[in-house]
Amino acid sequence: MIDLLNQAFVKNGLLTGFVVVGGLMWFAYFLADRLTRGRIHGSAIAVFGGLVLAYVGGRLTGGKNGLADLPVFAGIGLLGGNMLRDFSIVATAYGASFDDLKKSGLPVVVALFAGVIVSFLCGAAVAVAFGYRDAVSIATIGAGAVTYIVGPVTGAALGATSEVIALSIAAGLVKAIIVMIATPLVAKVIGLDNPHTAMIYGGTVGTNSGVAAGLAATDPKLVPYGVMAATFYTGLGCLLAPSVLYLATRLIFPH
Amino acid sequence: MVIYGVALLAFSSLLGLVLGDWLGALIGVKANVGGVGFSMILLISLTAWLTKRGWFQPLSASGVVFWSGMYIPIVVAMAAQQNVLAAIKGGPLAFLAGAIGVVLSFALVPLIARIGRPKRPEEK
Repeated sequence: MIDLLNQAFVKNGLLTGFVVVGGLMWFAYFLADRLTRGRIHGSAIAVFGGLVLAYVGGRLTGGKNGLADLPVFAGIGLLGGNMLRDFSIVATAYGASFDDLKKSGLPVVVALFAGVIVSFLCGAAVAVAFGYRDAVSIATIGAGAVTYIVGPVTGAALGATSEVIALSIAAGLVKAIIVMIATPLVAKVIGLDNPHTAMIYGGTVGTNSGVAAGLAATDPKLVPYGVMAATFYTGLGCLLAPSVLYLATRLIFPH
Repeated sequence: MVIYGVALLAFSSLLGLVLGDWLGALIGVKANVGGVGFSMILLISLTAWLTKRGWFQPLSASGVVFWSGMYIPIVVAMAAQQNVLAAIKGGPLAFLAGAIGVVLSFALVPLIARIGRPKRPEEK
């Protein structure tokens, strides 16, 4: 009986995913309503709940896809995978204002460059503080602080050790997770309540999943604006980190 | 029909992602550059153009609106499959490298947001 049930859940993974995420959403909104009286948005709690489940999944299986590594919850992997994520993000643009997007063009370019360079510098500085003195390792960890994709791309291009590449991915993951959790908390302080600031935010912070989840938990209407800017961030990071930023690092640490 | 909206959305997404891959290859970067952004611009322009001609009916639009409404649950599912374990195992170096950058990036947002925003009379 249990076996049959289990089989049905595994075979219809995507449906299981709908049920699990639906239940999680309901519970999160219930908590937001009752415990915080709506002060913390339900989706912020849901995203945090998702991260907790990902941690539990990781502990249980030792894999790297969180809850989705448990066969019963493999459907979560499809539901939250890149394909459907991009698909639904694009859908949020329906009804967004073209004029708002165009108006913020130049400041978004500034935000993209500033965001990539500042994050790289922070990561690089921390690497130096922890005793790294070779430009390749410093640049790879700096790149990881940009996003968890820029890190390994840079590390592979420069020939960093796998230990350093793993650290750079971890730094990028930490960034994405902090952005997911902290965005709704700091939204008021940084004035994140209009399309213009949302685009600047997307360009400066940049990490795709962090921006996507952070804005969803702040104000879903702002999602397309932030994501539109963030979509250029990883690309710019992959362009700058292994080239200009690495060369600049080598000027200071010539090994 | 609902499928018209879904198909238009899928078409915009695919074309945008292909453009992003091309742009990445063009500038010699191993990443998609702006793909989702191009998809969004395509979707906005196509639906505006079709709506003006009366070819994009409310029922077709519901195929797009449904997926836009699925966005938050999909993001929650995405959160549930992050490698949280690796992030925690990265230890203090990974934590500080990620966290300090986020704090400074957040601090930059209101500063950069001043550029290009219509100036209020009290600002010079």
